[in-house]
Amino acid sequence: MLKARILENKLSSLYKAGKIVGGVYLGRGQEAVSAALGTALIQGTDFFAPLIRDQAGRTAFGEPLIDCTRTYLGSVEGPMRGRDGNIHRGRPQVGMPAMISHLGAQVPVIAGMLFAKRLQGTLGGRVGATCIGDGATSTGAFHEGLNLAAVENLPLVVVIGNNQFAYSTPNHRQFACADLVDKARGYGVAGHSVDGTDLLATASVITEAVAKARDGCGPQLVVARLLRLSGHGEHDDGAYVPPEIRGGHFGRDCIEVAMRQLVENSIASVDEILGWQEQFAEEVQRAVAQAQQEQAPDPYQEDWTALATRFPLTLIPENPAP
Amino acid sequence: MSVTYIDAIREAQETLLREDPRVFLYGQDIATFGGAFKATKGLAEEFPNRVFDAPISEDAMIGLAVGAAIEGMRPIVEMQFADFSSLAFNQIINQAATHFYRTGMPIPLTVRLPSGGTPGSGPFHSQSMEGIYAHYPGLVVLTPATVSDAYHMLIDGVKLDDPVIFCEHKFLYRWLKSKSINGDHLPIGQARIIRPGKHATVVAYSAMVHEAVRAADRLAQDGWEIEVVDLRSVKPLDLDTILASVARTGRLLAVGEAFPWGGVTAEVVSRVSEEGFHLLDAPPQRLNARDTPVPYHPKLWAAHRPTPESICEALRKLLTF
Repeated sequence: MLKARILENKLSSLYKAGKIVGGVYLGRGQEAVSAALGTALIQGTDFFAPLIRDQAGRTAFGEPLIDCTRTYLGSVEGPMRGRDGNIHRGRPQVGMPAMISHLGAQVPVIAGMLFAKRLQGTLGGRVGATCIGDGATSTGAFHEGLNLAAVENLPLVVVIGNNQFAYSTPNHRQFACADLVDKARGYGVAGHSVDGTDLLATASVITEAVAKARDGCGPQLVVARLLRLSGHGEHDDGAYVPPEIRGGHFGRDCIEVAMRQLVENSIASVDEILGWQEQFAEEVQRAVAQAQQEQAPDPYQEDWTALATRFPLTLIPENPAP
Repeated sequence: MSVTYIDAIREAQETLLREDPRVFLYGQDIATFGGAFKATKGLAEEFPNRVFDAPISEDAMIGLAVGAAIEGMRPIVEMQFADFSSLAFNQIINQAATHFYRTGMPIPLTVRLPSGGTPGSGPFHSQSMEGIYAHYPGLVVLTPATVSDAYHMLIDGVKLDDPVIFCEHKFLYRWLKSKSINGDHLPIGQARIIRPGKHATVVAYSAMVHEAVRAADRLAQDGWEIEVVDLRSVKPLDLDTILASVARTGRLLAVGEAFPWGGVTAEVVSRVSEEGFHLLDAPPQRLNARDTPVPYHPKLWAAHRPTPESICEALRKLLTF
């Protein structure tokens, strides 16, 4: 989560300096939740569909920093080769599909990946997870996807980062239930609630949810309450968040809380944390510098086709009719 | 012994399930019940754990198919009616269709759309969606008009690595019969001259091919020889075959059952105008359904879509221009 924060601070600077085209979307304030999920998942086995505020989860799940900087800076070497940008990136071949902007849409996709493994007889203890925000719980895609996963009893973990504002729209204009976790019961899935600014609590709850899914207990819905400590994107100052919420409990910085927890529980010393900061800043700098040196995509080298099939087809495959 | 169009679709799915372990079927009421049109009758029993009933969640059905395709499967999703695919539009055009371009990983899924009008079906069980899907990059859109094409194109379509929108016409399901499922088996993307002629070209697809052939039969009594081109796939569009036909006849009428604003017939006419303007002896014409929702009453419905009569009328005007 610390690495993600340092990387995203750098992305913000690059954006403000005009070095990034398009938007920059940060997970500031949501790193504890995202990192806890990414850490609970097993790289190379589990599936993870990150969303807009999941730099920490991506890093924890094993996405190299260079995938991020290349995609933001438009390097042709990146996983999206300049064809898509910023947080719309992934490596579906290693279990991390690339999000589309339409919220909730990754829920059934992860369900489908798990469904395929079940059909292939290789589901084993595999888990699939995705993150969404409070706003996405209002979509049909979320409803359909979670219901379908529940019907199929798939090992799906959906983590809702309830940061209290969907872009600028507050919770009370988004849903009318007392708590989003109430929805779990309606879908027939397990529900978990946690303070998303508290790393240890979050890690414990998310680890438990992932373990339950792994054990065949079906879909798990985790609701983490927190506050986004930035705008929707770096173009947005988030002025619509009232000062009493900013200054309230959820306005605290999960990174600071986490550092305190690590030191107080003797998990890491202050010096160690400072050392990490230095090391991560260097890693981020290297990833940025490398992506900046790389070629932008060349319109004249593009094949400009959206299909894998190369038409016209001349050979007819053999299909003996019955 | 004859084979119907829907028999061919069922047979194709049976063949695919038998030959390719990656194939599975997913859709509403398709397992034990065998589907609203019985296109999957008996398949759940024959292939246990390969044919699944889906909840009424068109969006999530395609989302699941995309995820399954990412993990190496070849899902065939049945929409109960093409009209309901509007509820899956996002997953089809934004998730499935963009995936290969964005990530380099193809999404081999097939969406079967029971399309087109039948008497009494009304506004929400009659639509023709091919033009909508063809508009978006990243999809292959197939519109078989014959029993053999229904069989071979479904099999060939599922073998493609790209998302395929398979528009099967409900009117043809039981009305269209053939002695054999075997036909000339052209590759996907190639149109067929279904009836040769020299005075005018009718470009049609799906059920309209049969209406166009009927119209051509009538005009033959007056000595007109009408060439009918069956597009077979609307995307990719076989412009070479269309242009070659127009070069022979000098006259073009494009006929489609979809609504008139834009769509396949507009694409055919504009491409021929663009690349074959010099071949035309008369302004190219289009004939589509009317610009209203598809009406319920059989009398209204019959007057809403192109018919042999309206095709004949359009052709007579074209021939005497």
